[in-house]
Amino acid sequence: MTKILIVAEHDGQTLNPSTAKVVACAAEIDGAELDVVVFSDSASDVVVQAAKLDAISRVLTVDSVSSKNALAAMIAPQMVAIADGYSHLFGPSTTFGKDLMPRVAALLGVNQISDIMSVEGSHTFKRPIYAGNVVLTVKAPADRPVVATVRTASYQAVGSDNSAVVENIECTVELPTHTRFVELKSASSDRPDLQTAARVVSGGRALGSSENFDIIFALADKLGAGVGASRAAVDAGYVPNEMQVGQTGKIIAPALYVAIGISGAIQHLTGIKDAGTIVAINKDGEAPIFEVADIGLVGDLFKLVPEFTAALK
Amino acid sequence: MDKILVGLKRVVDFNVRVRVKNDGTGVETGGVKMSINPFDEIALEEALRIRERGEAKEVIVVSIGASESAQQLRTGLAMGADRAILIQTTAAADPISRARALLEIVNREAPGLVLLGKQAIDNDDNQTGQMLAALWGRPQATSASKLELNGDTARVTREVDLGLEIVDVDLPAVVTVDLRLNEPRYVKLPDIMKAKKKPLDEIPIADLGVEASPVIEEILFEPPEQRQKGVIVDNVAGLIAALKDKGLL
Ligand SMILES: Cc1cc2nc3c(=O)[nH]c(=O)nc-3n(C[C@H](O)[C@H](O)[C@H](O)COP(=O)(O)OP(=O)(O)OC[C@H]3O[C@@H](n4cnc5c(N)ncnc54)[C@H](O)[C@@H]3O)c2cc1C
Ligand SMILES: Nc1ncnc2c1ncn2[C@@H]1O[C@H](COP(=O)(O)O)[C@@H](O)[C@H]1O
Repeated sequence: MTKILIVAEHDGQTLNPSTAKVVACAAEIDGAELDVVVFSDSASDVVVQAAKLDAISRVLTVDSVSSKNALAAMIAPQMVAIADGYSHLFGPSTTFGKDLMPRVAALLGVNQISDIMSVEGSHTFKRPIYAGNVVLTVKAPADRPVVATVRTASYQAVGSDNSAVVENIECTVELPTHTRFVELKSASSDRPDLQTAARVVSGGRALGSSENFDIIFALADKLGAGVGASRAAVDAGYVPNEMQVGQTGKIIAPALYVAIGISGAIQHLTGIKDAGTIVAINKDGEAPIFEVADIGLVGDLFKLVPEFTAALK
Repeated sequence: MDKILVGLKRVVDFNVRVRVKNDGTGVETGGVKMSINPFDEIALEEALRIRERGEAKEVIVVSIGASESAQQLRTGLAMGADRAILIQTTAAADPISRARALLEIVNREAPGLVLLGKQAIDNDDNQTGQMLAALWGRPQATSASKLELNGDTARVTREVDLGLEIVDVDLPAVVTVDLRLNEPRYVKLPDIMKAKKKPLDEIPIADLGVEASPVIEEILFEPPEQRQKGVIVDNVAGLIAALKDKGLL
């Protein structure tokens, strides 16, 4: 019997949209019964949101103060303690899931499948390797649990018209004290979240300074878009790391992606390959970004971007 | 601390555009430039800086792979590592076997810190460090962009989706590194000569008594679907018209 346990990602108040995408992936496995588990200190709102996710049977809640900051070292042993009876354990391939799931896999003595992009069967999946330059079909052994992360950009979130059963689970495993959360620094912004925004505008090294990046923000505001960046722009300190798009940043799939002053290195392109429409503005007509752009505009961004922004109502 | 253990994986250089073999059994590696996984170079650089600050005595680099991986270990020695261990295997070890092999080395050497890359840029697994930490029963701090040692603990800044997360971990611990942690040094010619005299131990993986687990079978390698090249517009008016055409404005 295929029973899949999906770990909810949340911040104590809100269920991260990655969870509904992992559910969408798991629901593609024929005849699977899906449970979502919420590890938290007191995440009642999160539980309500999770119970609405279509396609799931139950929400399990495991309450522990140790889960407050979602440290892998705390959550992994709890997840393993409740894993019995599940054929699959899934998490998102966000920084949360990537940190947690391999630790779970190791405790269960199995390998993990990273970044599922398509389900080919209950134990057969496709995943990207070599920064997305190769797609690999893998098959997990059938006689042990499949532990995997799901490439969320490959899936549309399931709807939320459900009212799944909620069950509280007692879990009394001993937890380590060797890892302690200190602080989360995040540049809060009113703009749409990069990972879920329908439109994203990104700037690259060509912007030249953090002040100049304002023209990217101005365009994004007109478009109602989230803002991203290339690694070069982040490394140069124009914008913070959480804005990086690509192999080592965020993998996104907006309907519209506008790349400005970005050359289009493979490590960047792997982050946007599922975007609906890619627009590129670059002064070098030979830049690799034009190989993948649906609409290209060759010229100086410092002239073209303000003109574009002004032309939008 | 006495020792820092650093994992160095031999991978296709990040500048190479890899090609899938026609029969779908793997990627072409013949005649392709091979390098140290870029994240691992950063891990080694960090270890060397810690040793140079006097906070560690010895840096040991370890690679799991076929005999050619000795080249990357030699480069690591030339960068400044003190000695190297090659865990020999011809099979491409799966993540948990890699972690189990590394754990055996950890048990022999008792390092105060294990520094690995956050991911290998060939298989893009992003698992080995977390698995080693789990099997070892020790802390992990993944995707580190800053690392400070304070006696028995380390304070690590991690790159996470929301920004930067700071955690304290007791040592020994496994830290996996992200690209912004540091800029690795260049290897100088005289160091390459000197590195030839540094010890490089070779241990067949079977000698480590690593329990083999059923691997995840690699069935088919394929090129990804290519995006089609689109249109080039002449000006902003053309861009707006094209976006309207697609119903995006
Ligand atoms: C292991 C590894 C992982 C990586 N991960 C990532 C990742 O996650 N994300 C990522 O983005 N990169 C990543 N990189 C880096 C990647 O290889 C590139 O170096 C990076 O994407 C380049 O950023 P860029 O396009 O902004 O800069 P550049 O390559 O320097 O391109 C700048 C572009 O701006 C154009 N330009 C300059 N001036 C103007 C102007 N006035 N008007 C218009 N156009 C102009 C130029 O023609 C050029 O095409 C990674 C690299 C490695 C090795
Ligand atoms: N064959 C190997 N030899 C040495 N270190 C490795 C090997 N495979 C993985 N590692 C280490 O583990 C990190 C993460 O690899 P992975 O989990 O394969 O993405 C790498 O950056 C290396 O530091």
